Amino acid sequence: MFVARSIAADHKDLIHDVSYDFHGRRMATCSSDQSVKVWDKSENGEWHCTASWKTHSGSVWRVTWAHPEFGQVLASCSFDRTAAVWEEIVGESNDKQRGLSHWIKRTTLVDSRTSVTDVKFAPKHMGLMLTTCSADGVVRIYEAPDVMNLSQWSLQHEISCKLSCSCISWNPSSSRAHPPMFAVGSDDSNVTYGGKVQIYEYNENTRKYSKAETLMTVTDAVHDIAFAPNLGRSFHVLAIATKDVRIFKLVPMRKESTSTGPTKLEVQIVAQFDNHNSQVWRVSWNITSTLLASSGDDGCVRLWKANYMDNWKCTGILKGDGSPLTGSSGQPTAMSTVVGSSVQTSQSTLNGMSAGRYFFPPLDPPRAGTRYGHLLPPSSLIEHCDAEPTQPLPHRLYSRALLPLPEAEGL
Amino acid sequence: MEEVDVEPTVTVNVHTSPPRCFHSLLSSPSPLIPLCYAICSFISDAKGSGCSFIHEVRKDEDIYSPILRKLFNESHHIFVGLQTIREDLPSKNKKNQFVSISKNYRSVIRACMEELQQVAVSTKEAAVATQYGNQVSILLAIELIWNLCEVLFIDAAPAGSLLLHLLDWVRLHKADVDEKAREVLQSESPAEHRDYWDVPGGNQTLTEFDVKWRHWHDEVNRCLQDNSFASNRHLEIICKILAGDEDTLLEHKELLSTWYHFLVTRLLFSHPTVKPTELHYYAQSCLTMFLDSRSVPEPLDNILLAAFEFDIHQVIKDCSIALNNWWFVAHLTDLLDHCKLLQSHNLHFGSNLREFLLLEYASGLFTHHSLWQLAVDYFDHCPEFGHVYLELQIERVPLDTERKALKVLRICDQRQMSEQVRSICKIMAMRALRNNRLGSALSWSIRAKDAAFATLISERFLQDYCTRGTFSDLDLIDNLGPAMLLSDRLTFLGKYREFHKLYGEKRFGEAAKLLLSLMTAKIAPRSFWMTLLTDALPLLEQKEVIFSADQTHELMFCLEELTSCLNASALGSPKTSQDEDIELTKVELLRLSLARNLAMAIIKEGTVEA
Repeated sequence: MFVARSIAADHKDLIHDVSYDFHGRRMATCSSDQSVKVWDKSENGEWHCTASWKTHSGSVWRVTWAHPEFGQVLASCSFDRTAAVWEEIVGESNDKQRGLSHWIKRTTLVDSRTSVTDVKFAPKHMGLMLTTCSADGVVRIYEAPDVMNLSQWSLQHEISCKLSCSCISWNPSSSRAHPPMFAVGSDDSNVTYGGKVQIYEYNENTRKYSKAETLMTVTDAVHDIAFAPNLGRSFHVLAIATKDVRIFKLVPMRKESTSTGPTKLEVQIVAQFDNHNSQVWRVSWNITSTLLASSGDDGCVRLWKANYMDNWKCTGILKGDGSPLTGSSGQPTAMSTVVGSSVQTSQSTLNGMSAGRYFFPPLDPPRAGTRYGHLLPPSSLIEHCDAEPTQPLPHRLYSRALLPLPEAEGL
Repeated sequence: MEEVDVEPTVTVNVHTSPPRCFHSLLSSPSPLIPLCYAICSFISDAKGSGCSFIHEVRKDEDIYSPILRKLFNESHHIFVGLQTIREDLPSKNKKNQFVSISKNYRSVIRACMEELQQVAVSTKEAAVATQYGNQVSILLAIELIWNLCEVLFIDAAPAGSLLLHLLDWVRLHKADVDEKAREVLQSESPAEHRDYWDVPGGNQTLTEFDVKWRHWHDEVNRCLQDNSFASNRHLEIICKILAGDEDTLLEHKELLSTWYHFLVTRLLFSHPTVKPTELHYYAQSCLTMFLDSRSVPEPLDNILLAAFEFDIHQVIKDCSIALNNWWFVAHLTDLLDHCKLLQSHNLHFGSNLREFLLLEYASGLFTHHSLWQLAVDYFDHCPEFGHVYLELQIERVPLDTERKALKVLRICDQRQMSEQVRSICKIMAMRALRNNRLGSALSWSIRAKDAAFATLISERFLQDYCTRGTFSDLDLIDNLGPAMLLSDRLTFLGKYREFHKLYGEKRFGEAAKLLLSLMTAKIAPRSFWMTLLTDALPLLEQKEVIFSADQTHELMFCLEELTSCLNASALGSPKTSQDEDIELTKVELLRLSLARNLAMAIIKEGTVEA
């Protein structure tokens, strides 16, 4: 069962990004009204706006939190061709009483000549590094060598992707087996360059990022991209929001001792879903990479989960269609009306998730008569068989009422 | 056996603006709450102005009620106990242990059910009553299934005692109905029939019982055919029931209320020596007979049917689908895996299935503000992915208080999760520093073994001292111990404080020695030397000589070194004449004091004691 709590956000225009901090206690929103708002969650679970300020002179596209090891730090990027880094200053006591805090700008990154479309911090094991990508196809990686001095950032890498960039995602893996890697998505309408997703990898020898792979099968505009958390696997998983939802597996191939280039990656498509039936705009992973959420132009948010055998299926839909909130109170599951069973007809009511059903792959469909071949019918039953119409050995009675029932994540 | 692939239906309708605005606004999931997302919308009205909303959509957390929490706590206890059962016990003992554990789980379920039931009947709010009532129903079903699994899989009752167990099973779950049935069935039973209820296991073998039973059964049939009971309709009915006549039994459907009650009754009267492998035939036919043509099998029916077919895999699968929680399938599968039952049923992914379910269950627990600690034990017993799941999730636990942070750290320490320890300490140190709690920040950075941060904080302490003339957090600095060595600046801070202590205790000789060594051993940063030399002044001005001649010479060298440095740097940086004057005066004062002290020291050292 899902419930929703709505907060009047008070932005004067479209909100373009919303981002939780590392612990989920704070939230930041950014908007075409050029401002960023920071929200704090109180003890009773309510969100309060603790800061709201003008950040840019154009629409703010994205806002993102740094890891709390670096303090309370935000980065934003905008149509005004800049990205900015903000730090929270612990306020005066009367401000604190009023529940307000102040954010001050530590730096403005002005290198881009076009709208900056995404800003992301690199994984914390790389230090305090910020990445931006722009509409002119340039990816820039900045570093703050002194994490206590957020006003000093140096441009470490400038990478031209040749296609207008819309989104970046870092591979979160901190394994020594994996050099730093990020993926860039493009919403360029240019069809000459085939693949709209590029993977770049850091090369220890050249001390530069070089392109490891282009996903040639992704030819439509990419709106969002997200590496899954790693979980100690040797391969990487990447989700892409384009005209549909796609999940790729990138398997590093063994490097020959003589090769000095980036790791060769074998690209496998794991899943492709067009259920949104429209452009998919966002994809995001949960912490353990077991659940992917996507949102699309159909106004729905879909949740995708892999079953035990790594087959991905939709496990829930949250829909927005302008009608008021319904269905939030608990409705009885079919199980609850079943004790006392089949004498009465019962309604199976459906809510939420249907995760469980596909977790177990169907066993080979038994040919009639063989499934229980090793179990001979008892003699008494055989005697009675003559009276009954001949039928194959009993098989499961499924009915349409037997649709997947609510499935929750844990209890 | 194709399954229809049906799209899950839509759940929550969120008040949003047209899809055009909807798309860009899905957040990553909240790390704090399971399955919680923020979705934003903007609704523009006819006038062109608009309203923006943030919708936080999350899983309904009603199921974290205090009563269910008890279920999680107690089952956690049983789970941990199960994991530590010794492998080398003989299998018979193990089986008894597993049965006993299974019974423990079931009693925990029943206890929880009773409490929920109490609330459901005593509450005045209809919504609460319904909700709790539903939970009771679900737990009833769970216990029913679990009990059957215990009978069939764990206890693995053989023919003969199988029926007894099934009788118990049905009775336990249909206590009141059974009462009525027994009343009807036994009120007018001929006495001699009682003798034949003597079941196997005691002092007769299965075959002996079977022979006796068949003999009795034949006699019952003969009675029927003879019309011995024709005069009394009730007796005749009873006789037919005793003979296992299905139609008669079915006529009394409402007494039986469930097909599995019908099944056991039918077995009791027609096939009491039923073998486990034969069960599913009777089960299937009973289900078919019991259902009238309009009704369809419920999910529960199919689960029980799968159990009668000894299809453990199907049972687990159907339970996962039908039930809105992982608790049941995770614990049951774990127990079955310990009984080595998953493998014997040809599931080549036996132990991984167990781990998969446990990981799902525990992950759900992890976001709860107090239950997350239970989850840790579950991850500990998932050999493949438990550790990495724990790593990823424990670092997201909000560190609201120091106490909570310490709790999290203890768990990480116990598991050698050094990176998580470092990270958590760093986060706490940063937070303390931002709030100007230098002592707390220092102790956290020491714990994080973060030399750079410790240096930074030590600098702040020293700056504080320079401006205010006193130290804060003396306790901490005084008791640094070997941690002092983490960073040079920290060492200096500790030693400098020691100097002040010695001075306060009037141990001037030792204080003087320490002060000098801070400079000569280069522990003190050059920028602090002026302060140290100024600190030396009162020692130089004492009536008695504290610094020896040699020491005074060294101090003079230090001063010269410092002034030559300052002169060199002064060339580059503009200083106001006022600053320069102050500097000069200080230096002059020091030179004078040092000279005077040198003179006195030479005299003192040259004097022969009378």
